Amino acid sequence: MAGAEQIELTAVERVFQLGDSQVHALRAVDLSIAAGEYVAVMGPSGSGKSTLLNILGLLDRPNAGTYRLEGRDVTTLAPQEQARVRSQRIGFVFQSFHLVPRLTAAENVALPLMLAGIGAKERNARVMRALQDYGIADRAEHRPDQLSGGQRQRVAIARSTIMQPALILADEPTGNLDRATGDDVVHLLEALNARGVTLIVVTHDPAIGARARRRVAMEDGVIVRDTRGAELATSP
Amino acid sequence: MRALDVLRFAVAAALGNRLRTLLSMLAMGIGVAAVIVLTALGDGARHFVIDQFSSLGTNLVIVLPGRTQTGGFSPANAVTSTPRDLTLDDARAIGRAQAVLRVAPVSVGSAEITAGGRLRETVVVGTTAEYLDVRHFELAQGRFLPEEDWAHGSPVMVIGGKVRRELFGAEPAVGRLVRVGDRRFRIIGVLSTSGIGLGMNTDELAFVPVSTAQQLFNTNSLFRILVEARHRDSIELAKAQARDVIKARHEGEEDVTVITQDAVLATFDRVLGTLTLGVAGIAAISLAVAGILVMNVMLVSVTQRTGEIGLLKALGASEGAIRRAFLTEAALLSAAGGVLGFVIGQAGAATIRYLYPTYPAFAPDWAVLAGLGTSIVTGLVFGVLPARRAARMDPVLALAKR
Repeated sequence: MAGAEQIELTAVERVFQLGDSQVHALRAVDLSIAAGEYVAVMGPSGSGKSTLLNILGLLDRPNAGTYRLEGRDVTTLAPQEQARVRSQRIGFVFQSFHLVPRLTAAENVALPLMLAGIGAKERNARVMRALQDYGIADRAEHRPDQLSGGQRQRVAIARSTIMQPALILADEPTGNLDRATGDDVVHLLEALNARGVTLIVVTHDPAIGARARRRVAMEDGVIVRDTRGAELATSP
Repeated sequence: MRALDVLRFAVAAALGNRLRTLLSMLAMGIGVAAVIVLTALGDGARHFVIDQFSSLGTNLVIVLPGRTQTGGFSPANAVTSTPRDLTLDDARAIGRAQAVLRVAPVSVGSAEITAGGRLRETVVVGTTAEYLDVRHFELAQGRFLPEEDWAHGSPVMVIGGKVRRELFGAEPAVGRLVRVGDRRFRIIGVLSTSGIGLGMNTDELAFVPVSTAQQLFNTNSLFRILVEARHRDSIELAKAQARDVIKARHEGEEDVTVITQDAVLATFDRVLGTLTLGVAGIAAISLAVAGILVMNVMLVSVTQRTGEIGLLKALGASEGAIRRAFLTEAALLSAAGGVLGFVIGQAGAATIRYLYPTYPAFAPDWAVLAGLGTSIVTGLVFGVLPARRAARMDPVLALAKR
């Protein structure tokens, strides 16, 4: 059922030039993810999981191999096209939130809409709704330095979904949060996934990894274990 | 991104670091203010001189003895080799020319005027009744030299305001007697202040009939002949006719220089206009320096906002959008600085006008527009490098920097 996959990475390689030496961040990675899946990508530092996420998010381009997103070959897209796909199909959640410090919560959430050329009135309506959904409507006019860590991550998640993307890429989303707040955030992300948004979480926290329906383990640039494959292998 | 949103984004970015924005604005502002104040000074000088020369009266043609080789008015060339004297007869002959309305012969010398116990070394101008009209002067008291045969010089004198003050203090001057050498003159009038004309401030002059002056200074020749043409359009004709008259009377030698006020004005206009341009050019250098400063500020800003740029890219901003955002910010800083400089510059020019009311220190429109325009263009040009750097940033590296 290869055609039904939302994401297809085939023989993807990524090599970085560091001074005189080369670093093989990804070697011959094959990965298929269907729409609506909840995947945790795990591994030690240097395993290539962040590089994988960057390639999935069209922030980086593989040196070899192909990347098909929703049936479309996006491996060698021009930067402008890459930006458009990112804008419309992909949402990011970062460990350090990456909120713009001089903008309010509402303005931060509105950023993707503004970049897509959507007018102010429609923007404001959608942003207010999103802030209400995430329970931070009363913080709309606050700047990030006036928000708690949990509130900041909510703003970031609201921002990542405001364009109603098909998939969300989260890089250590709870890394800068305490256990309780982190749990809240994971619940929020899972609620999104329940509505059909593909969720790919990169994490080194086994507790978070355990919650995902599928776990992909990476080591030294290759996938060493993929529980979906294991399921397939054990299904009749 | 919509245009208004780009602008709002740039404004928010500029306000995000107030000190940096203020310093950039100040740099641009000083540059523009310098252009405005310096051109106000230069153009003010030009207008000042031209206004003063305008007090010479319109339709004025001036005949000088001696031929100038350059063809332009040059005071140093007033006398060349063996020029013939200009005489009263020459002046009368010119007065008969068709395009000439009236003439006033002028003879000049320096003498001691004595009145009561006081004594003053004064420049004495010998001329005729026509002089008042030709020069468009006005009297403060009394009347000017009488209409009479030029060969007959009555013993009368008209003095300027400063001469009156120094010889008579607060007392009335009209009717009083003064002595020059062994002659006595009766003061019949005092001129009102008219400023500088032909290099002599009328306040410090004394006017007597021309033939009297010629006797005083023992000469038959004239310093100048002032000619008033009938209309503005007949100035060139009057000029030509005066030249022809003298040539005929001087045995075919054209040993006079005939200039119009226009030529004098044109020379001053050109000289001071060039000066103003030069000064504006120097001020523009400071604008270029300000532009480099804006570039530096923007480069620092781009470096500090690396994480933000990476985020914007992750959110789907194209390279073009990011470039536009940063260029707009640079242009905004420059424009705001330009406006600030405009305000400071105009205030400076106004201060000069307040301190020196007779000096018309107005910045010409071309200078103001050039200053503002250059500031925006400079900002844009020097904003290109930082904007490109921001647009070309690798998002992965940019995000990792946080």
